[in-house]
Amino acid sequence: MAGTSLPGRVPVITWEKRLEPSRLTAVIIPVAAVILALGVGAIFLAATGFNPLKVYQNMLEGVIGSKYGLSETVVKAIPLMLAGLGVSVAFRMLLWNIGAEGQFYMGAFGASWVALTFPHLPAYIMLPAMFLAGIAMGGVWAVLPALPRARWGVNEVITTLMLNYVAILWVDYLVYGPWKDPKGFNFPLTAPFSKAATLPTFAGTRIHLGLVFALLAAVLLAIILWRTRWGYEIRVIGESPRAARYAGIKIERNIILVMLLSGALAGLAGMSEVAGITHRLQHGISPGYGYTAIIIAWLAKLHPATIILVSFLFSGLIVGGYSVQTSGVPAATVSMLQGAILFFVLGGEILTRYRLHFGRKEGK
Amino acid sequence: METSVWIATLAAAITAGTPILYAALGEILAERAGVLNLGVEGMMLVGAVTGFMVAVRTGNPWMGFLVAMLAAGLLAAVFAFLTITLRANQVVTGLALTIFGTGLSGFLGKPYVGIPLPLSFKPVAIPILAEIPIIGPVLFNHNPLVYLTYILVPLLWYYFYRTRPGLNLRAIGENPAAADALGVNVFALRYIYVIIGGMLAGAGGAFLSLAYAPSWLENMTAGRGWIAVALVIFAVWDPVKALLGSYLFGGVDALTYTLQAATKIAIPSFFLKMLPYILTLVVLIIATRQTVVKHIGAPGALAIPYDREER
Repeated sequence: MAGTSLPGRVPVITWEKRLEPSRLTAVIIPVAAVILALGVGAIFLAATGFNPLKVYQNMLEGVIGSKYGLSETVVKAIPLMLAGLGVSVAFRMLLWNIGAEGQFYMGAFGASWVALTFPHLPAYIMLPAMFLAGIAMGGVWAVLPALPRARWGVNEVITTLMLNYVAILWVDYLVYGPWKDPKGFNFPLTAPFSKAATLPTFAGTRIHLGLVFALLAAVLLAIILWRTRWGYEIRVIGESPRAARYAGIKIERNIILVMLLSGALAGLAGMSEVAGITHRLQHGISPGYGYTAIIIAWLAKLHPATIILVSFLFSGLIVGGYSVQTSGVPAATVSMLQGAILFFVLGGEILTRYRLHFGRKEGK
Repeated sequence: METSVWIATLAAAITAGTPILYAALGEILAERAGVLNLGVEGMMLVGAVTGFMVAVRTGNPWMGFLVAMLAAGLLAAVFAFLTITLRANQVVTGLALTIFGTGLSGFLGKPYVGIPLPLSFKPVAIPILAEIPIIGPVLFNHNPLVYLTYILVPLLWYYFYRTRPGLNLRAIGENPAAADALGVNVFALRYIYVIIGGMLAGAGGAFLSLAYAPSWLENMTAGRGWIAVALVIFAVWDPVKALLGSYLFGGVDALTYTLQAATKIAIPSFFLKMLPYILTLVVLIIATRQTVVKHIGAPGALAIPYDREER
């Protein structure tokens, strides 16, 4: 193509590789992505007879217009933070754990099992036991696909995803069947937990101790990643599996350990949701937190502190989405917007690695 | 069980397997071209909902089927732009496509939940062939969309292994740099195959909402798109094996209903519903081990963006 144009005469637009990834675009792209996604959403809203500006305004008011909206945004951010942190550590090793949703459900199941089986435990034993059961079940659910991945390279995207369906059906079996509350008017939920199985809350809101779990998990993850040998290994494997192998890093062992950590964090999210919010196990306990967590982790470039911040943005989106559902806006609007945000972030990423070069093409 | 029950189950296996087959054939095309599109579930859902909307509005299921393919093809084009031109990560972009497609289909389909379809695809017995004992009722008493796959599968097989463009297709998936050096337009062909692949996923979705169900329900694909992706590995990227695999999964689907009806064993329906997902897991593990042992496997350049400067 260059041969047909005279150098220096014909203006061409070309991609030019940046020597250093651009820091400025790393900030601008997520912001632009959110705005553009809202634009796409506006087109669909307008096409189906809604006033997009009005819908967005109502969403915003649903979030920042009341103390309840604000505290709910924090409440919904808790599972997103924990699951997002979990997803991010696996993604760092290029392990595509899409199973946070199922690991969340299994964590909720484990914690509920403790609360329902030993209802008379005092809080200081009950809560740690639920905590451990939650992370154990979440961890086990992630290790199940990690083993065939480590041993034979079985695609973990599909296996983790398939286990989501299994976990949700398992919880449904329990709450529609043997665990159903006889006094629950036939709703798919278990009997409420005892008082001892309730996480403490802050200042009369629904914000519970899970927030502290999430913040501590972020700090812990940052320490692991940048202050320990294990974290170093995770980062090397993510950058170059081949280099890691030459350096004597045991990749198979790390696949299992990282998935264990990843699933444990999602399981903890499930535990804090049942112990902090619902106080029982019920059908549809997650409205897709595990999938939203994937978007959050990618948007935050897998950085723990950024994941905490981005979680608030997405929980705001969820809370805002709830507040406009009463006026007939479909619940699916939120996941449509989430998908669109991720699209634009992915599309924009090339700008951090390349720059658009206008003008004559330099001869090589 | 009686023979008639078995015949009905086998016929049901083909019907239940066909939407997965459409999606798997589409994914084979994309992956053969070297592009891993994990957005199958999302494209199927958008196909299912748009097909249903159009079929309700026009009263013509063929119109719905066509629009379903176009809508899913459009989504695939967005995916192609992001992954081929902008070289975005294919795994994450595929997930984005599934999340967006799930949301979009739920958004568009909300007014259509519970609405009956005026005219759906109905089984049409093929004269003479349908009269053959056992084979006739199993294979030749289906809706037209099933017959379309009977033609599509051998056609694709012939295209892959006996034609020049089919050879080029395999080349851009195995070694795009070499294909490029021979004058094959890697970028354009990858776009084309990803888009056709998306159209087939949309066809699979429309099969669900226009023939199988026939109705629209949010998330009605229930993971079939992902099962199709797993099936591609099981089928070692071969259309004929994909057909057999799809019918295997359709068979499990059909068998769960037959078992519930024919036996008195009270297996909670939740466990029966788990079967296809657990089967997918098991089959994927076995298939992956096989590909490792026999040194056959994924197209060499699968999921790697092609960059001329890095040849």
